[in-house]
Amino acid sequence: MRSWLAHYEMRRAQRLDEALELLASGDWTPFAGGTDIMVLLEMGKLEKHRFLDIWKVPELRGIAVTDEQVTIGALSTYSELLEHATVASEFPLVCAAARETGAVAIQNRGTIGGNIANASPAADLPPALLVYGAELELASRRGGRRVAYDAFHRGYKKIDLGPDELIVNVRLPRTSKHFRQSYRKVGTRRAQAISKVCFAALAGVDEGAVSEIRIALGSVAPTVVRARTAESVLRGRTIDAESIASARRALSQDISPIDDLRSTANYRLTVAGNLLEEFLS
Amino acid sequence: MSDRTLRIRFEINGGSGDVETHPMARLLDVLREQLHLTGTKEGCGEGECGACSILLNGRLVNSCLIPAVHAEGAKIVTIEGVATGNQLHAVQRAFIECGGAQCGICTPGMVLAAADLLARNPSPTLDEIRSGLSGNLCRCTGYMRIFAAVVTAMREGVPT
Amino acid sequence: MPDPAIGRAVPRRDGVAKVTGRARYIDDLTMPGMLHGVTVRSPVARGIIRDIRYGSGVPWDEITVVQASDIPGRNVVALILEDQPYLADERVNHPEEPILLLAHRDKQMLEEARRLVTFDIEPLDPVFTIDEALSGERVIWGDDNIFKSYLVGRGDVDRAFDEAAIIVEGAYETGAQEQLYIEPNGMMAVAGPDSGVTVWGSMQCPYYVHKSLAGLFGWSVERIRVVQMETGGGFGGKEEYPSVIAGHVALLAWKSGRPVKMIYDRAEDMAATTKRHPSRTRHRTAVSADGRLLALEIDFVIDGGAYCTLSPVVLSRGTIHASGPYFCPNIRIRGRAVATNAPPHGAFRGFGAPQSIFALERHMDRVALAIGVAPEELRRRNFIRPGQVSAVGQVMRDPVDMSAILSRALDMSSYHEKRGRFDRENVRGRTRRGIGLATFMHGAGFTGSGEDHLASIVTVEGTRDGRVRVLSASTEIGQGTNTIFAQIAADALRLDVEDIEIAQPDTAFVPNSGPTVASRTCMVVGRLLENACRNLQHVLIDSGHLTSASGDFKPACVAYVEERGTLRASAQYQPREGAHWDDERYEGDAYGSYAWAAYVAEVTVDLDTYEIHVDDFVAVQEVGRVIHPVLATGQIEGGVAQAIGWALYEDVVWREGRMANSQMTNYIMPTSADLPTIRVHFEEVPYEGGPGGAKGIGELPMDGPAPAIANAVAHATGVDVRRVPLTPEALAQMLEVARV
Repeated sequence: MRSWLAHYEMRRAQRLDEALELLASGDWTPFAGGTDIMVLLEMGKLEKHRFLDIWKVPELRGIAVTDEQVTIGALSTYSELLEHATVASEFPLVCAAARETGAVAIQNRGTIGGNIANASPAADLPPALLVYGAELELASRRGGRRVAYDAFHRGYKKIDLGPDELIVNVRLPRTSKHFRQSYRKVGTRRAQAISKVCFAALAGVDEGAVSEIRIALGSVAPTVVRARTAESVLRGRTIDAESIASARRALSQDISPIDDLRSTANYRLTVAGNLLEEFLS
Repeated sequence: MSDRTLRIRFEINGGSGDVETHPMARLLDVLREQLHLTGTKEGCGEGECGACSILLNGRLVNSCLIPAVHAEGAKIVTIEGVATGNQLHAVQRAFIECGGAQCGICTPGMVLAAADLLARNPSPTLDEIRSGLSGNLCRCTGYMRIFAAVVTAMREGVPT
Repeated sequence: MPDPAIGRAVPRRDGVAKVTGRARYIDDLTMPGMLHGVTVRSPVARGIIRDIRYGSGVPWDEITVVQASDIPGRNVVALILEDQPYLADERVNHPEEPILLLAHRDKQMLEEARRLVTFDIEPLDPVFTIDEALSGERVIWGDDNIFKSYLVGRGDVDRAFDEAAIIVEGAYETGAQEQLYIEPNGMMAVAGPDSGVTVWGSMQCPYYVHKSLAGLFGWSVERIRVVQMETGGGFGGKEEYPSVIAGHVALLAWKSGRPVKMIYDRAEDMAATTKRHPSRTRHRTAVSADGRLLALEIDFVIDGGAYCTLSPVVLSRGTIHASGPYFCPNIRIRGRAVATNAPPHGAFRGFGAPQSIFALERHMDRVALAIGVAPEELRRRNFIRPGQVSAVGQVMRDPVDMSAILSRALDMSSYHEKRGRFDRENVRGRTRRGIGLATFMHGAGFTGSGEDHLASIVTVEGTRDGRVRVLSASTEIGQGTNTIFAQIAADALRLDVEDIEIAQPDTAFVPNSGPTVASRTCMVVGRLLENACRNLQHVLIDSGHLTSASGDFKPACVAYVEERGTLRASAQYQPREGAHWDDERYEGDAYGSYAWAAYVAEVTVDLDTYEIHVDDFVAVQEVGRVIHPVLATGQIEGGVAQAIGWALYEDVVWREGRMANSQMTNYIMPTSADLPTIRVHFEEVPYEGGPGGAKGIGELPMDGPAPAIANAVAHATGVDVRRVPLTPEALAQMLEVARV
């Protein structure tokens, strides 16, 4: 443990209004499950020093189901997602992502809100959330607002979340049930792995032509990305060898993988293309 | 009490715990250094190896990633609380019988993970055992004797 | 008389303590007034220290600081040579090299202090690769960057090549590997002019530490005491390195006058301590059309890092094992260990043999392919037989049938059926399956005259209540030392295992039984234990308390101790009868015994992600005698798992000589979800030199998996694998190249 705790401060909020009050008043960083922040603390690399523990805020918990949507409280853990019947049956890609994040002990603590706010380009949930058309509800003392998740990530670790704002919940419209869906995380091993390439896709085919196509990838750009060029190449076309090859070429315009400690740009580019082909075949 | 510390009270291994500590102190350190419960081990300090596994409110967690403030009002079980007095838990007996422990450093966390797995899923398949224990790294055994121990404990029937 | 313990799965000695969390590792210990210690290390690979600055922000007057100039004795880590300092003085030769030590009671503030120390180091050009080291363009160690070299062999290799019609060449590489014991290195010390030095900690070899501390303090060995605590894994990573951390805490205890504890965190342990030597092997092989090896020319080079440490011995073992379990009339093996500016590499299970055996067994498959002979057939046609001579001139006497061992492995793995089926099925789909094998042997005990020089001793004591205490320096590090020693002693004395105590390895009380390494603990030290027990019986026979060895030990012991106070006997290693070893020419009887093995790996390769998964693994080995079936199986399973890690997952990423991925999140060892079922089978051909006939097996399982897996991947994909770790990135590149 390399950090000097004397240099760190933590306050605890018991309710949402209390939390928002504190966030508005100064430079406080929300602390949820801690699975990202505590690692940085231990490495001695935690740059923020004042933390607001929101773990007990009830307004951020719970998963609510209506006919139109499932609303997931920001503090929902991966385990809670896996244990929820509607999420499991209608949003299998979210469950696939949750199952592949860390292992049981991490899944019991990591939260959907924390995962989104940490904004790692290698996060496992975001590609699934993107293809399901997720929407975030944000709150601050100034009021609440909704943000489409696909507009939330602006750049590497730059998100549309003010310093006084909290993610309250993630809303998933219940419109994806009948689409063909796929999620694949390529990690360094089968559990406890950071992804090298993360792929989520959803497609609908109507009379042989692609009616709906959403492709999202993680770990191949500074943020999670929708592969819009590849999608536009496929929309309205039949899936055949030519359109697959075309989509694959287009994909390279949507992603910009790099070499890093875990993998190479070349590998990521090749595998992303392979996973797209595999989904379309 | 300094202005950076707070008092945290919780239930631990059936008894009560009461410590004064920084809210962001690792629960692992609170257990080992303040409560002198050294059965929970540090293997990596980054939530990868599971040597620090405990049960927090019935859920398996890595205590190296839990800030002390999250222990407030919680129910904690560490390896010291797994046996009942001198009576070993079925998982512990199975580990001894099947050779599930070699150097023993991963064993406390592994025993908790195995007990947690069987409590949630009394008859896991081998694949479920593999993924249930995938957050607990063992460098000595290659996991085979550990799987055998879980299967043995499963057959004996495990208290939930 | 109780049932014999040898051969039975008696309860593990320390089992209850380990499953209840009561076993005491070094970090579980504290002492009143204890300080914590940390090491301040070089940020660069090579340079001259010009200045040290202590930044403000911590109370420096409260912090104990130790530099090289504080060392009372010699600033040398005792090992083979004397080139490694405990603390860098003027020069640094590798990233993470220790320069200063700090101690204070507040562990967190100490970390801040560590961050506040900065160095002014005038950089010197470093050497980072084997090729750079060999070229001699830049000399960083000695005259030529070479720690050690060997040239061994027999016959006339050059003539054989001149006459040969078929020659196959190849170069093979293996990467560094981190031992990754789940318990990091840790030590605690007290030191004072009256008390001497006492060190407690995680280690494999108390007497190595003992010797090194004596030199560090310039004291006689009587003033040094080293105590091994429960140790959470070693694998060689705690063979020689503990001398360094022990010396560091002892120096801090000396300077501060307080007990000091130092526990490395994972990042420090990975970046700063020893790893498996990276290697490069070149093979040139002359073979007849019908698959007989005519000449083997092998050039084996290992990267030793910045200081010599154990490189000469790693080199020697790798060199001797480089030609494998085969007979060839003409062999020439050149071995060299070179210096680079990386943290020194060191002992890791297998100790050079996994590296050279990877090259050989991968090469054998390529030779087989070149001449159109099946891989297993090529092996069968060349296995060394009793009466034939090894590369270093040892007449092999083991009546071991390698062909039968191979057949058993092929049978257990359904090798032939799968080889054919995978060939048929691999024409379509997004996966490819393969099955591959490796055959090998591993010598147990120290090489050549090593055991003679160690001259190990084991002592046994009879207690007042008729039980027996075993006093040895062999450490329990998970492999089961304490359990098997109890079994061996129990059988030798006709007692129950419960009547045998194993004393904690504490140099104040136990004799020097040698290090817990080289697969020697069961075979060599266990045999000494047997002898010591017989000597104990002789004491009682000579005194009249026992009429014969088959008499009832307990009452005789009780009576003897009552009358005379102490009942003790020892046994010391004697050179093996008829064994000859020439240290000068490096030839003769290299090892007392060899274990023999055939391993088979089955893999699936995913053509979309290039991931390789081992689906099934068969390990067949001949081991003399299985002392404890569960422990022995556990050794093989664990070693195979570790070797699968080395083959496929564990990649040390080097940047400027430093391990850049020094976190468990980025240095990948297999989880329970990654490994296959490992199926183990033992054959037993008793070795008369081992207790109950046992040979050593600790390192054996490290040798076979990597080449078996490489061969399986080659079968699955046609890719000519030459290197481990075989990462998906590497495989993708090889397959892409193949496509173009």
